[in-house]
Amino acid sequence: MTEAARRAAERVARDSYGRLLAFLAARTRDVAGAEDALAEAFASALKSWPEQGVPANPDAWLLTVARRRQTDAIRRRQTSKAGEAHIQLMTEELEAAGTQPDAIPDRRLALMFACAHPDIEAGMRAPLILQTILGLTAIDIAAAFLIPPATMGQRLVRAKARIKDAAIPFDIPEREDLADRLHAVLDAIYAAYAKGWTEIGDAAAERLADEAIWLGRLVVSLLPDEPEAKGMLALMLYAEARRTARRDSDGAYVPLEAQDINLWDEEQIMAAEALLREANAGGPTGRYQIEAAIQSAHVARRVTGRPNWDSVVALYDVLLGLTHSPVALLNRAAALAETEGPDAALASLEPIAGDRRMAGYQPWWATRGHLCARAGRKEEAFEALTLAIGLSTDEAVRHYLIAQRTKLQDG
Amino acid sequence: MRYMMIIHHDDEAMAKAPQKELWAEYAAFNQALNKAGEGFSGGLRLSPGKQGTIVRSRAGKTDVLDGPYADTREQLAGYFFIDVDGIEQAVEWANRCPSSKYGAIEIRPIVEQNAP
Repeated sequence: MTEAARRAAERVARDSYGRLLAFLAARTRDVAGAEDALAEAFASALKSWPEQGVPANPDAWLLTVARRRQTDAIRRRQTSKAGEAHIQLMTEELEAAGTQPDAIPDRRLALMFACAHPDIEAGMRAPLILQTILGLTAIDIAAAFLIPPATMGQRLVRAKARIKDAAIPFDIPEREDLADRLHAVLDAIYAAYAKGWTEIGDAAAERLADEAIWLGRLVVSLLPDEPEAKGMLALMLYAEARRTARRDSDGAYVPLEAQDINLWDEEQIMAAEALLREANAGGPTGRYQIEAAIQSAHVARRVTGRPNWDSVVALYDVLLGLTHSPVALLNRAAALAETEGPDAALASLEPIAGDRRMAGYQPWWATRGHLCARAGRKEEAFEALTLAIGLSTDEAVRHYLIAQRTKLQDG
Repeated sequence: MRYMMIIHHDDEAMAKAPQKELWAEYAAFNQALNKAGEGFSGGLRLSPGKQGTIVRSRAGKTDVLDGPYADTREQLAGYFFIDVDGIEQAVEWANRCPSSKYGAIEIRPIVEQNAP
């Protein structure tokens, strides 16, 4: 099988996996139990399909087997009337799904809302979605999130127990709660993407970026009227379009302004622009749309030869009003340096200069270092660049900063 | 959570590393550690394991031997302390340490004295 065919097969399998798991777990809220039942169903399929042939509707077949396992497990645990009623209900539901095999209800969105519920620890939402919707193993997720596999495994088990014990509902929130709750889902998916974007040259991380985009498309397809879902997908596609342009042929770091636009993926940029237009049709509403718009202003360089810095600054103002995030202020300063010069940019950073969160934040020192260097404040630039070097985890970025610091000494 | 970050070095790999660059990176790393706040402390570098001395006292008899403690390719070479929220940030600090490229960083949570 070619790589493309293998990936295509994987996508189909994953589409079924998430769909079946969401359906199985929706009523019981027992995600771990549903996973076990589904795993047994897949194992039976591996045994019986080669002998008896692939059934006409593989999903319905898998669902029937998994449901039987699930009811067996419930019977073993409880013999009460309530249990029987529960099983009765599940059996009827299963039969309905079996007779209309194409109509296995898609409960993946409800499952994602459960995984990103406020009762679930924020850092575990993305791993939980990756495992339940895509069927990724704890080992793969651990590798992408750079934590030990056993730790990730324990945390996933705990998070699933929490869904069951706290009776977290599997449903799509009502209109008034939807925006907030959807943001938790989008944040989880974007966190997975961000991991996959930062770790360069790491296969597990690159795959994670792909998975996150796949999840982004899924949310857009399930909630086509939500502008923020489109905004987030657009944001991921803008970043993805520039993936290969971030390093030169020697593997050295290339900052956004210096990237060769011929290395940008035009197709992905066009897709992102189209999504952003659709998202903005009703006016900008949220963080992801604005961040996507900032990316759009950056890549305007393809057409006009230079990024639209005025728009970038204006958009960061909107973002800052919305999030009050020091990171937004920092990025705004980098853009402001292009329109009003480095001194104005440095002055704009004063309000967060003493913020403890910035002390260990690599981009803070890197940006400060560049701004001080441009403003001719050599000593401060040297110190900031040194700290940025010490805080870098990426080899290429570290080398780039060392070169910047050397230039400072020579120039 | 406080962690002791233990640096294990492969001396051969270290000897082959570009020394000037390596120690410049170490200077930056230590500066970042010192700036990171209370609970962090810059690394100390230890002399090679074979220059160590091993002492064992058993039933009133004391043995004094030449090092290293364990005859392994990678030897304890230094350490530093961090105070972070959890293992994710600890891994990030390990990744920042220039020695992670030439040896290994062992992350060990410190057992707090006042813990039950």
